[in-house]
Amino acid sequence: MRSKYEIFKIGIKDVAPHLLSVFPFGIIFGAIGIELGFSPLFTYATSLIIFGGASQIVFLQLLSGGASSLIAITSVGVINSRHFLYGAVLSEYLQKLSLIKKLLISYFIVDQGFAVSNQYFKKNPTEEFNHYHLIGSGIILWFIWQVSTIIGIYLGSIVPEELGLKFAIPLTFIAIIVNELRKFDHVLVMLVSGLAATFFYNAPFKTYIIISPLIGLFAAMIINKLKK
Amino acid sequence: MTWTSIFIAGILTYFTRMSMVTLIRKEMISDNLRKILNYVPSVVFPSIIFPGVLLDDFGAFVTISDPKIFGALTALVIGFFTRNVILTIVSGLSSYWIVIFVF
Repeated sequence: MRSKYEIFKIGIKDVAPHLLSVFPFGIIFGAIGIELGFSPLFTYATSLIIFGGASQIVFLQLLSGGASSLIAITSVGVINSRHFLYGAVLSEYLQKLSLIKKLLISYFIVDQGFAVSNQYFKKNPTEEFNHYHLIGSGIILWFIWQVSTIIGIYLGSIVPEELGLKFAIPLTFIAIIVNELRKFDHVLVMLVSGLAATFFYNAPFKTYIIISPLIGLFAAMIINKLKK
Repeated sequence: MTWTSIFIAGILTYFTRMSMVTLIRKEMISDNLRKILNYVPSVVFPSIIFPGVLLDDFGAFVTISDPKIFGALTALVIGFFTRNVILTIVSGLSSYWIVIFVF
Protein backbone atom coordinates (compact mmCIF):
# COMPACT_ATOMS: atom_id res chain seq x y z
CA MET A 1 0.00 0.00 0.00
CA ARG A 2 1.51 3.33 -1.07
CA SER A 3 1.44 6.34 1.25
CA LYS A 4 -0.44 9.55 0.42
CA TYR A 5 2.79 11.38 -0.26
CA GLU A 6 4.10 8.65 -2.57
CA ILE A 7 0.91 8.70 -4.64
CA PHE A 8 0.94 12.50 -4.71
CA LYS A 9 4.47 12.38 -6.15
CA ILE A 10 3.47 9.76 -8.75
CA GLY A 11 0.67 12.11 -9.83
CA ILE A 12 3.17 14.92 -10.36
CA LYS A 13 5.59 12.62 -12.16
CA ASP A 14 2.91 11.18 -14.47
CA VAL A 15 1.63 14.56 -15.63
CA ALA A 16 5.06 16.25 -15.78
CA PRO A 17 5.72 15.54 -19.50
CA HIS A 18 2.52 17.39 -20.39
CA LEU A 19 3.84 20.55 -18.74
CA LEU A 20 5.97 20.81 -21.87
CA SER A 21 2.88 22.02 -23.71
CA VAL A 22 0.89 23.52 -20.83
CA PHE A 23 3.69 25.96 -20.02
CA PRO A 24 4.02 27.55 -23.50
CA PHE A 25 0.22 27.58 -23.84
CA GLY A 26 -0.02 29.58 -20.60
CA ILE A 27 2.53 32.06 -21.93
CA ILE A 28 0.58 32.40 -25.17
CA PHE A 29 -2.63 32.95 -23.21
CA GLY A 30 -1.08 35.69 -21.05
CA ALA A 31 0.28 37.41 -24.14
CA ILE A 32 -3.08 37.21 -25.95
CA GLY A 33 -4.86 38.80 -22.98
CA ILE A 34 -2.55 41.82 -23.04
CA GLU A 35 -2.60 42.00 -26.84
CA LEU A 36 -6.42 42.14 -26.79
CA GLY A 37 -6.18 45.15 -24.48
CA PHE A 38 -7.03 43.65 -21.10
CA SER A 39 -5.19 44.64 -17.92
CA PRO A 40 -2.65 42.22 -16.40
CA LEU A 41 -4.93 41.75 -13.37
CA PHE A 42 -8.00 40.99 -15.49
CA THR A 43 -6.08 38.57 -17.71
CA TYR A 44 -4.59 36.78 -14.72
CA ALA A 45 -7.94 36.63 -12.90
CA THR A 46 -9.34 34.36 -15.61
CA SER A 47 -6.53 31.84 -14.92
CA LEU A 48 -7.33 31.82 -11.22
CA ILE A 49 -11.14 31.95 -11.40
CA ILE A 50 -11.99 30.08 -14.62
CA PHE A 51 -8.80 27.96 -14.84
CA GLY A 52 -9.56 26.45 -18.25
CA GLY A 53 -7.04 27.22 -21.01
CA ALA A 54 -8.92 27.32 -24.30
CA SER A 55 -12.10 28.70 -22.69
CA GLN A 56 -10.15 31.66 -21.29
CA ILE A 57 -8.86 32.60 -24.74
CA VAL A 58 -12.35 32.43 -26.23
CA PHE A 59 -13.75 34.42 -23.29
CA LEU A 60 -11.31 37.31 -23.78
CA GLN A 61 -11.56 37.21 -27.58
CA LEU A 62 -15.35 37.46 -27.45
CA LEU A 63 -15.34 40.29 -24.90
CA SER A 64 -12.73 42.27 -26.82
CA GLY A 65 -14.65 41.68 -30.04
CA GLY A 66 -17.67 43.41 -28.53
CA ALA A 67 -19.76 40.33 -27.81
CA SER A 68 -22.15 40.55 -24.85
CA SER A 69 -21.07 39.07 -21.51
CA LEU A 70 -23.85 36.54 -21.87
CA ILE A 71 -22.36 35.15 -25.08
CA ALA A 72 -18.86 35.06 -23.58
CA ILE A 73 -20.08 33.28 -20.44
CA THR A 74 -22.19 30.79 -22.43
CA SER A 75 -19.20 29.91 -24.61
CA VAL A 76 -17.03 29.28 -21.54
CA GLY A 77 -19.73 27.03 -20.11
CA VAL A 78 -20.06 25.07 -23.35
CA ILE A 79 -16.31 24.64 -23.86
CA ASN A 80 -15.88 23.45 -20.27
CA SER A 81 -18.91 21.16 -20.33
CA ARG A 82 -16.54 18.30 -21.20
CA HIS A 83 -15.71 18.27 -17.47
CA PHE A 84 -19.14 16.69 -16.89
CA LEU A 85 -17.78 13.63 -18.67
CA TYR A 86 -14.52 13.69 -16.71
CA GLY A 87 -16.46 14.02 -13.44
CA ALA A 88 -18.70 11.09 -14.35
CA VAL A 89 -15.65 8.91 -15.01
CA LEU A 90 -13.81 10.02 -11.85
CA SER A 91 -16.85 9.89 -9.52
CA GLU A 92 -16.42 6.18 -8.98
CA TYR A 93 -12.91 6.61 -7.58
CA LEU A 94 -13.71 9.69 -5.49
CA GLN A 95 -16.95 8.38 -4.01
CA LYS A 96 -15.43 7.41 -0.66
CA LEU A 97 -14.32 11.00 0.03
CA SER A 98 -16.22 13.52 2.16
CA LEU A 99 -18.22 16.20 0.39
CA ILE A 100 -15.69 18.90 1.36
CA LYS A 101 -12.81 16.92 -0.13
CA LYS A 102 -14.81 16.26 -3.30
CA LEU A 103 -15.52 19.98 -3.63
CA LEU A 104 -11.85 20.89 -3.17
CA ILE A 105 -10.48 18.25 -5.56
CA SER A 106 -13.03 19.21 -8.22
CA TYR A 107 -11.37 22.59 -8.75
CA PHE A 108 -8.27 20.78 -10.03
CA ILE A 109 -9.97 18.57 -12.64
CA VAL A 110 -8.43 19.51 -16.00
CA ASP A 111 -7.77 17.62 -19.25
CA GLN A 112 -4.23 16.33 -18.71
CA GLY A 113 -4.73 15.64 -15.00
CA PHE A 114 -7.93 13.75 -15.68
CA ALA A 115 -6.22 11.70 -18.38
CA VAL A 116 -3.17 10.58 -16.38
CA SER A 117 -4.98 10.12 -13.05
CA ASN A 118 -7.78 8.13 -14.69
CA GLN A 119 -5.12 5.79 -16.08
CA TYR A 120 -3.64 5.41 -12.60
CA PHE A 121 -7.06 4.75 -11.04
CA LYS A 122 -7.83 2.08 -13.60
CA LYS A 123 -4.57 0.30 -12.75
CA ASN A 124 -4.88 0.76 -8.96
CA PRO A 125 -8.63 0.79 -8.26
CA THR A 126 -8.35 -0.39 -4.65
CA GLU A 127 -5.54 1.88 -3.47
CA GLU A 128 -6.91 3.71 -0.39
CA PHE A 129 -5.33 7.09 -1.10
CA ASN A 130 -5.43 7.00 -4.90
CA HIS A 131 -7.17 10.40 -5.04
CA TYR A 132 -3.80 11.89 -4.07
CA HIS A 133 -2.74 11.13 -7.63
CA LEU A 134 -5.35 13.56 -8.91
CA ILE A 135 -4.33 16.12 -6.27
CA GLY A 136 -0.70 15.80 -7.36
CA SER A 137 -1.36 16.06 -11.10
CA GLY A 138 -3.95 18.81 -10.58
CA ILE A 139 -1.88 21.02 -8.29
CA ILE A 140 1.22 20.97 -10.48
CA LEU A 141 -0.88 21.75 -13.59
CA TRP A 142 -2.60 24.56 -11.68
CA PHE A 143 0.71 25.96 -10.47
CA ILE A 144 2.36 25.88 -13.91
CA TRP A 145 -0.74 27.45 -15.50
CA GLN A 146 -0.71 30.34 -13.01
CA VAL A 147 3.04 30.96 -13.37
CA SER A 148 3.04 30.69 -17.17
CA THR A 149 0.07 33.07 -17.45
CA ILE A 150 1.96 35.67 -15.41
CA ILE A 151 5.11 35.18 -17.49
CA GLY A 152 3.04 35.53 -20.65
CA ILE A 153 1.43 38.73 -19.36
CA TYR A 154 4.77 40.43 -18.80
CA LEU A 155 7.11 38.72 -21.27
CA GLY A 156 4.76 37.12 -23.80
CA SER A 157 5.61 39.57 -26.55
CA ILE A 158 9.14 38.13 -26.58
CA VAL A 159 7.83 34.78 -27.89
CA PRO A 160 7.62 35.04 -31.70
CA GLU A 161 4.18 34.23 -33.05
CA GLU A 162 5.72 32.31 -35.98
CA LEU A 163 6.64 29.51 -33.59
CA GLY A 164 2.96 28.53 -33.60
CA LEU A 165 3.20 27.20 -30.04
CA LYS A 166 -0.58 26.80 -29.91
CA PHE A 167 0.06 23.60 -31.82
CA ALA A 168 1.49 22.11 -28.58
CA ILE A 169 -2.08 21.54 -27.37
CA PRO A 170 -3.23 19.07 -30.06
CA LEU A 171 0.18 17.40 -29.60
CA THR A 172 -0.23 16.90 -25.85
CA PHE A 173 -3.67 15.39 -26.50
CA ILE A 174 -2.25 13.11 -29.20
CA ALA A 175 0.26 11.89 -26.60
CA ILE A 176 -2.64 11.14 -24.25
CA ILE A 177 -4.68 8.97 -26.61
CA VAL A 178 -2.03 7.46 -28.88
CA ASN A 179 -1.93 4.20 -26.89
CA GLU A 180 -5.63 3.64 -27.46
CA LEU A 181 -4.88 3.35 -31.19
CA ARG A 182 -3.98 -0.27 -30.45
CA LYS A 183 -7.68 -1.01 -29.94
CA PHE A 184 -9.81 -1.10 -33.07
CA ASP A 185 -13.06 -0.03 -31.39
CA HIS A 186 -11.31 3.01 -29.89
CA VAL A 187 -9.86 3.94 -33.29
CA LEU A 188 -13.35 3.90 -34.79
CA VAL A 189 -14.78 5.99 -31.97
CA MET A 190 -11.91 8.50 -32.26
CA LEU A 191 -12.51 8.89 -35.99
CA VAL A 192 -16.23 9.42 -35.49
CA SER A 193 -15.82 12.10 -32.80
CA GLY A 194 -12.86 13.79 -34.51
CA LEU A 195 -14.63 14.05 -37.87
CA ALA A 196 -17.83 15.18 -36.15
CA ALA A 197 -15.86 17.94 -34.39
CA THR A 198 -14.36 19.07 -37.70
CA PHE A 199 -17.80 19.07 -39.30
CA PHE A 200 -19.54 20.94 -36.46
CA TYR A 201 -16.63 23.29 -35.77
CA ASN A 202 -18.53 26.36 -36.89
CA ALA A 203 -21.64 25.56 -34.84
CA PRO A 204 -22.56 28.44 -32.50
CA PHE A 205 -21.00 28.81 -29.02
CA LYS A 206 -18.27 26.23 -29.74
CA THR A 207 -20.87 23.51 -29.15
CA TYR A 208 -18.76 21.13 -31.28
CA ILE A 209 -16.68 20.49 -28.15
CA ILE A 210 -19.58 18.69 -26.46
CA ILE A 211 -21.68 17.56 -29.46
CA SER A 212 -18.83 15.53 -30.97
CA PRO A 213 -17.88 13.57 -27.82
CA LEU A 214 -21.57 12.72 -27.36
CA ILE A 215 -21.76 11.50 -30.96
CA GLY A 216 -18.60 9.49 -30.26
CA LEU A 217 -20.12 7.92 -27.13
CA PHE A 218 -23.21 7.04 -29.11
CA ALA A 219 -20.98 5.32 -31.67
CA ALA A 220 -19.26 3.47 -28.82
CA MET A 221 -22.66 2.29 -27.59
CA ILE A 222 -23.54 0.90 -31.02
CA ILE A 223 -20.16 -0.78 -31.36
CA ASN A 224 -20.59 -2.44 -27.98
CA LYS A 225 -24.06 -3.65 -28.94
CA LEU A 226 -22.73 -5.15 -32.18
CA LYS A 227 -19.85 -6.87 -30.38
CA LYS A 228 -22.26 -8.91 -28.26
CA MET B 1 -19.78 44.46 -16.12
CA THR B 2 -16.87 42.33 -17.20
CA TRP B 3 -15.54 41.48 -13.72
CA THR B 4 -18.91 40.00 -12.85
CA SER B 5 -18.75 37.91 -16.01
CA ILE B 6 -15.39 36.40 -15.00
CA PHE B 7 -16.91 35.28 -11.72
CA ILE B 8 -20.03 33.85 -13.39
CA ALA B 9 -17.88 32.05 -15.97
CA GLY B 10 -15.72 30.75 -13.12
CA ILE B 11 -18.66 29.49 -11.10
CA LEU B 12 -20.14 27.87 -14.20
CA THR B 13 -16.84 26.14 -14.97
CA TYR B 14 -16.49 24.99 -11.37
CA PHE B 15 -20.02 23.60 -11.57
CA THR B 16 -19.06 21.49 -14.61
CA ARG B 17 -16.19 20.08 -12.53
CA MET B 18 -17.91 19.35 -9.22
CA SER B 19 -21.44 18.35 -10.22
CA MET B 20 -20.83 14.79 -11.43
CA VAL B 21 -18.21 14.08 -8.76
CA THR B 22 -20.63 15.00 -5.98
CA LEU B 23 -23.90 13.74 -7.51
CA ILE B 24 -23.09 10.36 -9.02
CA ARG B 25 -22.98 7.34 -6.72
CA LYS B 26 -21.54 4.01 -7.70
CA GLU B 27 -24.97 2.32 -7.70
CA MET B 28 -26.13 4.70 -10.42
CA ILE B 29 -23.52 3.43 -12.89
CA SER B 30 -24.48 0.17 -14.57
CA ASP B 31 -21.87 -2.12 -16.08
CA ASN B 32 -22.98 -1.02 -19.53
CA LEU B 33 -22.60 2.65 -18.68
CA ARG B 34 -19.18 2.00 -17.17
CA LYS B 35 -18.12 0.38 -20.44
CA ILE B 36 -19.23 3.45 -22.36
CA LEU B 37 -17.52 5.83 -19.93
CA ASN B 38 -14.31 3.99 -20.72
CA TYR B 39 -14.38 5.74 -24.08
CA VAL B 40 -14.47 9.27 -22.65
CA PRO B 41 -10.79 10.07 -23.37
CA SER B 42 -11.18 8.57 -26.86
CA VAL B 43 -14.11 10.86 -27.70
CA VAL B 44 -13.11 14.12 -25.99
CA PHE B 45 -9.48 14.47 -27.07
CA PRO B 46 -9.99 13.73 -30.80
CA SER B 47 -12.76 16.35 -30.74
CA ILE B 48 -10.06 18.90 -29.91
CA ILE B 49 -7.22 17.35 -31.93
CA PHE B 50 -8.97 17.01 -35.31
CA PRO B 51 -10.12 20.64 -35.71
CA GLY B 52 -6.83 21.79 -34.13
CA VAL B 53 -4.88 20.08 -36.90
CA LEU B 54 -7.22 20.08 -39.90
CA LEU B 55 -8.63 23.62 -39.59
CA ASP B 56 -6.96 27.03 -39.49
CA ASP B 57 -7.75 29.89 -37.08
CA PHE B 58 -10.78 30.83 -39.18
CA GLY B 59 -12.30 27.35 -39.33
CA ALA B 60 -11.29 26.62 -42.95
CA PHE B 61 -9.55 23.42 -44.01
CA VAL B 62 -5.76 23.60 -44.24
CA THR B 63 -3.99 22.12 -47.26
CA ILE B 64 -2.56 18.61 -47.20
CA SER B 65 0.99 20.05 -47.12
CA ASP B 66 0.29 22.11 -43.98
CA PRO B 67 3.02 21.85 -41.31
CA LYS B 68 0.37 20.97 -38.69
CA ILE B 69 -0.56 17.81 -40.61
CA PHE B 70 3.08 16.77 -40.91
CA GLY B 71 3.68 17.50 -37.21
CA ALA B 72 0.59 15.60 -36.07
CA LEU B 73 1.41 12.53 -38.19
CA THR B 74 4.99 12.50 -36.88
CA ALA B 75 3.73 12.73 -33.29
CA LEU B 76 1.26 9.90 -33.93
CA VAL B 77 3.90 7.56 -35.33
CA ILE B 78 6.55 8.39 -32.71
CA GLY B 79 3.99 8.21 -29.89
CA PHE B 80 2.60 4.90 -31.10
CA PHE B 81 5.99 3.21 -31.20
CA THR B 82 7.79 4.82 -28.26
CA ARG B 83 4.81 5.28 -25.86
CA ASN B 84 6.73 8.28 -24.57
CA VAL B 85 4.88 11.55 -23.98
CA ILE B 86 7.92 13.84 -24.17
CA LEU B 87 9.14 12.28 -27.41
CA THR B 88 5.64 12.56 -28.89
CA ILE B 89 5.35 16.28 -28.16
CA VAL B 90 8.96 17.13 -29.05
CA SER B 91 8.93 15.17 -32.32
CA GLY B 92 5.60 16.72 -33.34
CA LEU B 93 6.72 20.24 -32.57
CA SER B 94 10.18 19.91 -34.14
CA SER B 95 8.89 18.37 -37.37
CA TYR B 96 6.29 21.15 -37.49
CA TRP B 97 9.06 23.74 -37.14
CA ILE B 98 11.22 22.01 -39.76
CA VAL B 99 8.44 22.39 -42.32
CA ILE B 100 7.86 26.03 -41.37
CA PHE B 101 11.44 27.24 -41.12
CA VAL B 102 13.46 24.97 -43.42
CA PHE B 103 11.20 24.36 -46.39
